[in-house]
Amino acid sequence: MTDMLLSINGDEYPVVVDTRETLLDTLRERLDLTGAKKGCDHGQCGACTVLVDGRRVKSCLTLTVTLDDREITTVEGLADGDRPHPLQAAFIAHDAFQCGYCTPGQLCSAVGMLAEAAAGWPSVVTEDVCAEPVLDEEEIRERMSGNLCRCGAYVNIVAAIGEVAR
Amino acid sequence: MTTTARPYVGTALDRVEGMEKVTGRARYAYEHSPDELAYAVPVQASIARGEVRAIDVQAALTIPGVIAIIWHRNAPRLAPADNAELSVLQSARVAYRGQYIAVAVAETLQAAGEAARSLSVDYAGEPHDTELRADHPGLYRPEKVNAGYPTDSEHGDPDAAMEAAPIRVDATYSTPAEHNNPMEPHATVARWDADGLTLYDSTQGASAVRATLAALFTMPPANVRVIASHVGGGFGSKGQPLAPVVLAALAAKHVTRPVKLAVPRQQMFAVTGYRTPTIQRVRLGADVDGRLTAIVHEAIEQCSTIREFAEQTTTPTRIMYAAPNRRTTHRVVKLDVPTPSWMRAPGEAPGMFALESAMDELAIACGIDPVELRVRNEPDADPESGEPFSSRNLVACLREGARRFGWADRDPTPGARLVGRTLIGTGVAASTYPAYRSPSQASARLEPDGRYTVRIAATDIGTGARTVLTQIAADALRTSPDRVTVEIGDSALPPATLAGGSMGTASWGTAVVRACEALREQVSRSGDLPSAGLEAAADTKEEIGAQERFSRHAFGAQFAEVGVDVDTGEARVLRLLGVFAAGRIVNPKTARSQFIGGMTMGLSTALFEESLMDREFGDYLNRDLAQYHVAACADVRDIEAVWIEEDDPHLNPMGTKGIGEIGIVGTAAAIANAVHHATGIRIRDLPIRLDKLLR
Repeated sequence: MTDMLLSINGDEYPVVVDTRETLLDTLRERLDLTGAKKGCDHGQCGACTVLVDGRRVKSCLTLTVTLDDREITTVEGLADGDRPHPLQAAFIAHDAFQCGYCTPGQLCSAVGMLAEAAAGWPSVVTEDVCAEPVLDEEEIRERMSGNLCRCGAYVNIVAAIGEVAR
Repeated sequence: MTTTARPYVGTALDRVEGMEKVTGRARYAYEHSPDELAYAVPVQASIARGEVRAIDVQAALTIPGVIAIIWHRNAPRLAPADNAELSVLQSARVAYRGQYIAVAVAETLQAAGEAARSLSVDYAGEPHDTELRADHPGLYRPEKVNAGYPTDSEHGDPDAAMEAAPIRVDATYSTPAEHNNPMEPHATVARWDADGLTLYDSTQGASAVRATLAALFTMPPANVRVIASHVGGGFGSKGQPLAPVVLAALAAKHVTRPVKLAVPRQQMFAVTGYRTPTIQRVRLGADVDGRLTAIVHEAIEQCSTIREFAEQTTTPTRIMYAAPNRRTTHRVVKLDVPTPSWMRAPGEAPGMFALESAMDELAIACGIDPVELRVRNEPDADPESGEPFSSRNLVACLREGARRFGWADRDPTPGARLVGRTLIGTGVAASTYPAYRSPSQASARLEPDGRYTVRIAATDIGTGARTVLTQIAADALRTSPDRVTVEIGDSALPPATLAGGSMGTASWGTAVVRACEALREQVSRSGDLPSAGLEAAADTKEEIGAQERFSRHAFGAQFAEVGVDVDTGEARVLRLLGVFAAGRIVNPKTARSQFIGGMTMGLSTALFEESLMDREFGDYLNRDLAQYHVAACADVRDIEAVWIEEDDPHLNPMGTKGIGEIGIVGTAAAIANAVHHATGIRIRDLPIRLDKLLR
């Protein structure tokens, strides 16, 4: 067991964690931050996606003990007080979820993805990798393919993110 | 019965729990943590048939934090169950690889996991048989098939009619085992106290879980409470209580502490049900104009040795097309495999892949357009029962879909459209799903502050149930949705049927309307509102039992455009359009999501999904989401669902048919038919893998 101070959504959380423990289990089981979901625990579904220093990571593949001095953002930290993040509002408006279980991961992934695109990162479908990426539907679909949705809300997810990206 | 349009039914209300879901505040089963909580990790059998002779638990018990290892020698006893899947840890027998044989309980998830891995199990293994074959000597005729349908049906002389038919199609189709894989794994938090058992459970039906668990633990149902506020999908796999929820309750009883148990994704491939693989022979006989004279549809499927589950694969064929001579059959073989169960449109989804592929083959054999062929074989009444259809608008769906899709210009020649290195093709198939309704109860309450509370033990597994019931209640109460709170997802509420069989809205909505009507009557009688408010209740058992005899089904037509890479054989769905006729649509926003969601899963079925049985070890080999492929975002391009107005007075007070499953029915056939049109290659065995397209 290890003593740590985690920084999550701008708050500091002193925790004692098992060295084998993933960030996902720490969030859900120790800190009652249950927004990040466990869908596979193997990095295959994306439901556990959170942001670490602004970049999207799969919290089920991240050991908590590696996160000293890192800034963690979960779905609980996306809204500005009572004002939802534009992506959260767009997900509701476009009905970009059904059961809602993949949604926190989709949202964190989308926040991270928009930042990646803004920083000029190309994807496998980007034609000119030197140019500024344009987030058309094909780009969004490709960049969001690490987050599975079994209810089949993909077309609405793409529409919601597209609205915010524009 | 008459249906009346009201202001809120038919409007695109946002999901009432939307904000909870996008902010992470919505709590799913595993996200409840009572005090003194312990963690349970189940252990699966690693043989496909035999007995557990002994389990060496010594090493596990020395791990810090481990509380107990429970297996059949020390497990609490359960009352006998009709479904042997529920008799968890009650005997040494192993009926399939992956069956639960033990559970480790510890202070932390990590310790429980380590303990589960450290068990040493001594088995007496026996030879197993896990292979479904069309000539399996164990095939038998079950007494009935799922949903209570007759196993076989026969009208006229189908063999003679086939013999005499100038145009014949005789083909065998197969569909693989498929696993539901909802994003939220099955999970339960179980807590025992002086009042009995409380379960936070990921289920499609809290009332059914309560009844089942009460019987297993020999308690009155009132001593069991099941809470399922939010459920992360189910697609049938959470439709009935299975081993995991029993194991959680049993473990909590054994350790006398609350216990959390989530089924790891890998374990879901054995213990949470799946769609049986099928082998289907379809024979169609027609005259030269494409009018069917004979339809024969025979299905072969599997179940486990401990529970018969016979899927109703050929039942859609009983209602789809007119033909005087017809036969449908189901044969099942009991194998040493996990027990199959419901997966979105059990029966209809695999059955309509075969029938609608065969119809495409018949269209080609007759030289008739596949839309026209279906129109030509439209029946006036249910072809087998003779009952009138309450409404049937398949032809309208086909015509509207053809118009929107641009079908009129289609050249039927296969393999004739090469764009770059991609062969393009289009295909069509019909969809159908029965409009079921099941008894439920509900209560409606006028609160002292003038707001309304409607209570029913319904479940929202992502369908939008909470939202559409709010709309239905608002109209029935002549108020607005923002003045109505609908409470669902708790067995302490008036008992209701499960979220399954696409019957939730029809069943729950009827109960809600009746309760609201009764409340309005009370309000008008009472004059002044008493300080405690007013409450009324309804039970729809009699109403549903007395409903008129009609053949009630939703219909649809799906059109697909595919591109097949000439060099790699990779098939991609470029366009998918669904047109549905499913009664009144309560909420166009959530309904479109349901249709598109079903079609997306249908696309996934067509191209990706396949659980592979390892005959040597008797196990599904691909047991995670990296190996069991479901459609990802990039796989789903242009997909749209629309519907035609349907005013059907013979259904329920809302005039609705279910829409949760019809979207997946016919999709795979439309795509396979499009692949044939693109390439000239007929894929009769799902999924449409690239190796099947490389010649």
